[in-house]
Amino acid sequence: MSDEQGPREPTPEEPGHPPDVPSPGDGAVAVSEEELAQAEIEAAKEREEEAAGVTLDATFSQRLVAALTGTSVVVTVLAFVSALVIGAFIIALSEDAVRESLGYFFARPTDAVQASLEAVGSAYLALLQGSLVGIPQLSETLVSATPLILTGLAVAVPLRAGLFNIGAEGQFVAGGMVAGLIGFALTGLPMLVHLPLALLAGIIAGGIYGWIPGVLKARTGAHEVISTIMLNNIGLLVSGYLISTTLFRRPDRADPISRSVEESARFPRLVWWEPSLRVNASLLVALALAVAIFWLVERSTRGFELNAVGMNPRAATAAGMSPGNTVILAMTTGGAMAGAAGAAVILGLQYRLTIGFSAGLGFDGITVALLGRGRIGGTVAAGILIGALKAGGRNMQAQTGTSLELALVIQALIIVFIAAPGLVRAIFRIKADDLQTAQVSKGWGG
Amino acid sequence: MRLELKGITKRFPGVVANDRVDLVVESGEVHGLLGENGAGKSTLMNILYGLYGADEGEILVDGQRLELEDPGDAIDAGIGMVHQHFMLVPVFTVAENIVLGVEHTQRLGKLDRERASAEVAALAERSGLPVDPDAKVEDLPVGIQQRVEILKALYRDARLLILDEPTAVLTPQEADDLFEAIRAFTDEGRSVIFISHKLREHRAIADRISVLRRGRIVGTADPRTTSEQELANLMVGRPVELSVQRPPATPGPAVLQVRGLRVEDALGAPVVEDVDLTINAAEIVAVAGVEGNGQTPLVRAVTGLQAIADGEVTIAGRPVNGATRKEVLRDGTGHVPEDRSSDGLVADFSVAENLILNLWDAEPFARKGTLQFAAINDHARELVSAYDIRTPSVATTAGSLSGGNQQKVVVAREFDRPIDLLVASQPTRGVDVGSIEYIHTQLVAKRDEGTAVLLVSSELDEVLALADRVAVMFHGRLVGPFDTPISKEAVGRMMAGADPEEVLGTAPGGQP
Repeated sequence: MSDEQGPREPTPEEPGHPPDVPSPGDGAVAVSEEELAQAEIEAAKEREEEAAGVTLDATFSQRLVAALTGTSVVVTVLAFVSALVIGAFIIALSEDAVRESLGYFFARPTDAVQASLEAVGSAYLALLQGSLVGIPQLSETLVSATPLILTGLAVAVPLRAGLFNIGAEGQFVAGGMVAGLIGFALTGLPMLVHLPLALLAGIIAGGIYGWIPGVLKARTGAHEVISTIMLNNIGLLVSGYLISTTLFRRPDRADPISRSVEESARFPRLVWWEPSLRVNASLLVALALAVAIFWLVERSTRGFELNAVGMNPRAATAAGMSPGNTVILAMTTGGAMAGAAGAAVILGLQYRLTIGFSAGLGFDGITVALLGRGRIGGTVAAGILIGALKAGGRNMQAQTGTSLELALVIQALIIVFIAAPGLVRAIFRIKADDLQTAQVSKGWGG
Repeated sequence: MRLELKGITKRFPGVVANDRVDLVVESGEVHGLLGENGAGKSTLMNILYGLYGADEGEILVDGQRLELEDPGDAIDAGIGMVHQHFMLVPVFTVAENIVLGVEHTQRLGKLDRERASAEVAALAERSGLPVDPDAKVEDLPVGIQQRVEILKALYRDARLLILDEPTAVLTPQEADDLFEAIRAFTDEGRSVIFISHKLREHRAIADRISVLRRGRIVGTADPRTTSEQELANLMVGRPVELSVQRPPATPGPAVLQVRGLRVEDALGAPVVEDVDLTINAAEIVAVAGVEGNGQTPLVRAVTGLQAIADGEVTIAGRPVNGATRKEVLRDGTGHVPEDRSSDGLVADFSVAENLILNLWDAEPFARKGTLQFAAINDHARELVSAYDIRTPSVATTAGSLSGGNQQKVVVAREFDRPIDLLVASQPTRGVDVGSIEYIHTQLVAKRDEGTAVLLVSSELDEVLALADRVAVMFHGRLVGPFDTPISKEAVGRMMAGADPEEVLGTAPGGQP
């Protein structure tokens, strides 16, 4: 090819060789050491700015967790917006006036558009007014938000350890049942003893109910999604049975309603002089627990292990950590938070146990944790947001007749959009690194 | 087939992976593609194989412009690719794997196995790559699996074959066989693009070498007239030290003592059997061997990651049997794991966090269960400058660093504390030439501090450059260690299972 010593200088008939390349054979330095170091640093910066790194050899759970928590804030916000937009279409179509005007849409399309806008506008206005405008509305938002913050944490903590805790519902029931039992079975205690005791009992019960799938996972490899779903069923059905037994049931009633929690075990109202405001001290408990969880997950050595195991269990093992113990810790902590939520609802709001008292609040925790992207602060914020949606939804139904279920539909849509970030990116034309997307889709397929 | 790439540009957000790349592969040519990790080799080949679309530029095959939508188009155009990680179905036979996707069927879609088998046998015969078409792929050694991959491309009538790091998994002898097959292939007028970071191999097989650096072709060289040193300089962009300065060892007392070690896999089959090994303070003992011969379980057992089925391991007198991984590490063992991204680092953790990954709950990085971020960051800043880790900040995620700098993070973490024993598995795998130079120097420096070093490497050059004594692992058993110098050919033959007495003409020696 070449009879020169060393690589040839680029020649005109070989296009594309940058003309500034010297021949290293002469000992010339093409790029200085510093320039090279700088270039590497720049490249690292650029790579860091790219989307979350999902590796191909991660397990399915890890990819799932990474996909759910690795989305950017923008995508999360847009998922929320997209859900509201689709919700708007559903509101419009469920409105009689809109459906009628659609009948003659091609004759007078403006009618349909106008009717739709009116329906959607008044529904969303009622939603907003019912959650944020006014002291009673804010109180209701916070009342709804309290258990959601806690069940959100119940999902978020295991999520950080790479686990998908579907079992917050069952753990919520376990916590509520035991807190309620302590609340009405013990009498004559001062509030300073009775309330903390009942709350603690609920937290411990939820913790134990979360510990079970944790141990099963750590010791036998049983997948936490499967075991927590089954434990939900067990928890709900057993609680239904227990409430109808004499241990729980009100003596004067035949239907399954438990006795009422003693006054000494009830969370005091925060605005005691205004009895219509239901916001109570369980909100403060939820916020205090959130601070404790923040320390645990973000600042403690246990949290360091938890995050390391969640992101790369093999490297965590190689560094001398114990993924098994971490899994148990994460599930137990998560269960304890859901148990606290159950206690908060029974001791702060309902005061007695009925069949189905969990009302899906544990499952709502999944929405909250995902909307909070697995971060502790984000989960608290998302809990308040979903709480507002619930409180406002009730007002919307009362004011405009739009069904309360719409709030649930919006909530469900939020999860769908968060779980499919590619969809959101496509709708809003956010550029994603096609390399990363390719990896994710490949990973999910394999 | 003559392939021409004109002005290929591929941008990822914030990065230009390929910058106006021009490349001509002549008919019947073996074209070497040389470059560090992240230089853009894989991106370029993925474009050529239809996995990515190029942002600019065109691909010409025999003067015809080629539009590639997916790998199917590339295969139709006669381009075949053998990936670094094989894409084979382990439970299928060789013939089934080869015909998969283009298989002949009989009535009712029944697979014509006999025809497939016969065709594959004929193809293997013709192309000088003998295989048993009816053997199950999972039963075959890696070298043969690679043949199956190549035959798969040939069966689809590939006229241009892309080989991505084909020798990484082969013994030197298997690599020679591969080179012969490549030559037979090009003699028929077919072309090969040969990707490797091993300079010596490029000089052995390539007709022409193109060097990629930071997405650009920085030069095309003739292997007959270009030295390895010149190629390395061109690849890195500055003069590189290829050989390691290594004063003779002055071994001290025994540190690692392994007696009759047996390690079993999950099913109870032995993967390490009857291994005896002693490593003294201030010496480097290398364990050479083709991957998968038991080096990984050996290292895992010695460092407390895997249960010891039988035998005894002590480090500086402390038993490893029954100790937890954490105890082994904290008591004074450093371990650079062979797979950096899966075992060595948490990619989403910051550089600072990764630098304390195995000391997370030790003073001064933690007090009363709370992480001390000030101490963690100070420590990180010190190590970043001491070990020349090129990162924008200590808060940058480790996953965004280049491979070489990721490895430097692991090396800094494991080297920068007082240890008796350092276990380094494949310490320079997937690392650029500049970082290799650095890591080798650090290994020797650690030895000279008085640390016993166990180096496990499948790169013979690395073993011979660094080791004071060399042992070879084959099928779970260890032969040696032998004193250096020892010939490369002798080690290579033992890696393939040859009897050491036959190879060296003496009984295994070198045990102090």
